[in-house]
Amino acid sequence: MMMAATLLSFLLPLAGAIVLGFSGGRLGPRASAAIGVGSVGLAALATAWALLTFSGDSQGFTLWTWVSVGEFQPTMGVVVDRLSLVMMSIITGVGFLIHLFAVWYMVGEAGITRFYAWMNLFVFSMLVLVLADNLLLLFLGWEGVGLCSYGLIGYYYQNEANGRAAFKAFIVTRTGDVFLALGLFLIFVELGTLDIGLVLEQAPRVWAEGSVTANLAALLVLGGALGKSAQVPLHTWLPDAMAGPTPVSALIHAATMVTAGVYLIARLNGLFLLAPDVMWLVGIIGALSLLLAAFAALAQTDIKRVLAYSTMSQIGYMFLALGVGAFDAAIFHLMTHAFFKALLFLSAGAVIISCHHEQDLSRLGGLWRKLPVAYAGFLAGGASLVALPLVTAGFFSKDEILWQAMASGHYGLFAAGLTGAVLTGLYTVRLILGIFHGQPRSDHARHPRPGTSPLRHHLPLAILAVLSTFVGAWLYPGLEVVFPPPPDDATNAGHTLFQFLATGAVLAGLALAGWLFLARRRWLDAKVGRGLGARLWILFNRAWGFDALFDRTLVRPWQALVRVLRFDFINLGMNLPAVIARLCNAGLVRSQDGQLRTYAKVMVFGATVILVGLVMTQGGGA
Amino acid sequence: MTGIPMEHGLILAVILFSLGLAGLMLRRSMLFVLMSLEVMLNAAALAFVVGSTAWNQPEGQAMFLLVITLAAAEASVGLALMIQLYQRFRSLELHEVSRMRG
Repeated sequence: MMMAATLLSFLLPLAGAIVLGFSGGRLGPRASAAIGVGSVGLAALATAWALLTFSGDSQGFTLWTWVSVGEFQPTMGVVVDRLSLVMMSIITGVGFLIHLFAVWYMVGEAGITRFYAWMNLFVFSMLVLVLADNLLLLFLGWEGVGLCSYGLIGYYYQNEANGRAAFKAFIVTRTGDVFLALGLFLIFVELGTLDIGLVLEQAPRVWAEGSVTANLAALLVLGGALGKSAQVPLHTWLPDAMAGPTPVSALIHAATMVTAGVYLIARLNGLFLLAPDVMWLVGIIGALSLLLAAFAALAQTDIKRVLAYSTMSQIGYMFLALGVGAFDAAIFHLMTHAFFKALLFLSAGAVIISCHHEQDLSRLGGLWRKLPVAYAGFLAGGASLVALPLVTAGFFSKDEILWQAMASGHYGLFAAGLTGAVLTGLYTVRLILGIFHGQPRSDHARHPRPGTSPLRHHLPLAILAVLSTFVGAWLYPGLEVVFPPPPDDATNAGHTLFQFLATGAVLAGLALAGWLFLARRRWLDAKVGRGLGARLWILFNRAWGFDALFDRTLVRPWQALVRVLRFDFINLGMNLPAVIARLCNAGLVRSQDGQLRTYAKVMVFGATVILVGLVMTQGGGA
Repeated sequence: MTGIPMEHGLILAVILFSLGLAGLMLRRSMLFVLMSLEVMLNAAALAFVVGSTAWNQPEGQAMFLLVITLAAAEASVGLALMIQLYQRFRSLELHEVSRMRG
């Protein structure tokens, strides 16, 4: 029963993608939307069915053997345990709400069938990624989501910048994927299998804790995770990926795909526990990403870019949790983040469409009375993002992460997380104040056109808003069964005190934000306008200059090399006979001018030459 | 048979041939080109006749008959072609009839 439900959950989106993809423009916008949303909706129902019939134990089954070459026999097999069920629920549940919202958001757009085909294919690939029982099938899903991400970032392909953003996302994540592929090769060579269960079982037997090979394997897998999850230093693609439609940003670049790296590391927890140095690195990278991104989010003017950096920052928290060994907390935050960040993105989408595609903070403002639904969505999502104590889902998950970081003695990471919490408060308040309060700063913001559809506009926002409150935190089943115990297992002392500290940080951030953006607004603007403040603004706005750095060190040298290779000197030699033939041709063509008299003249001339020659030789011979 | 020496006859033939050749190369009208060809053929025929007379051989006379026949055939075919061309192009000027682009 459960297996049938699981199968249905990922075959339905695949069927939807195939029907839409091969319809060749025969489907109208309504039919496309019905198929696109319907297939994901049914997949969500199937997931619910699988949840109801789930016995509690990990269950796996093999569809068929994919490849069979000697020892190498990866299967098309799925395994369902608590972790994959949590991921499935997020993907199909949040995915369905986003699809539903997309019907409202994308109305009247050209190429809508293509949009739903990519979206359905994405849901399918993501489900394959989380359900795969071996690393090769996981890699298939991993590449599939990357492809769909590429297709959807470049959805508005008529604008060249969007195509470039899609290239960038594809190439940067591919860089990570190369590491992941190398990691898989290493794991297969060393352990002789790619089956996830067997890998986790065998790794401790073959590798000693902290051995070089174990570290290398974990490091390579981490490389793949960094690219997919937009962590330093492979994060530069995520802000540019906002070129895609907002539902795409919500589904792929906030709720699901970018968290695939977190899932991968959590799934391969046994491998990472064998490599403490890499675990340490995971935590450091998480802390670094969350701080860098939080600062960058402070100085963005595009609301989607603020949310993109915020996503990167929140995934930084998840990596931090993974780094301290709190896998459970990481997945918990992954889930609540999926809820509240999808809500924030959809609310941003509601604002953007209502304001005639205006997404610049400096041209919005004063919208809270006119767009109450989007405002409510932003408040609920923003509260969860800053982890407002007790009432929001984000509080419980972030609290868990910070607590585990402190309890395991990683005070540096803990401090980074706490600083991040303050910064989160700052940029969230800045975002909400900028969109909804103050004076409207453009005609688009003065005359918004609020969404009115209760089913397609209000319902997804309302459900996600409810899930962003403590209700969402209750839904988390707890994955103690799947993961090794977190480091603090025994001690719970000081947790209450700690919670006051975390709450204090959040409230301090909010208070600081309120003071800065409401009371000292003018002073702040003046500070940012010139001198050190202006330089900091530029630094944050450009996200610490990673883009410029990569552009100088990688992109431009590469382009220069390509330009050199374009004038291929070996090819010049190859072309020489062709050039000579063409020259001869040009010469001969000139003699064929079609004039009879020219021919006669040439003939007479030739005959004369021959005659004279004959006479001369005869004379010489005689 | 005496009187005209062979050299005189041959010089006449060469003059005729050269006139024909010049006409072939210089005239623009197809009609004159055809006439130039006829002149050249007749010059050659004249050379045969002169030769056969000088050496008292009959083959030159026979060759003359052959050349005359050939010239008649050539003229008829050439004229027929020219009528066709004229009907199509309304002109017998060679440069106007030429359709080939090098």
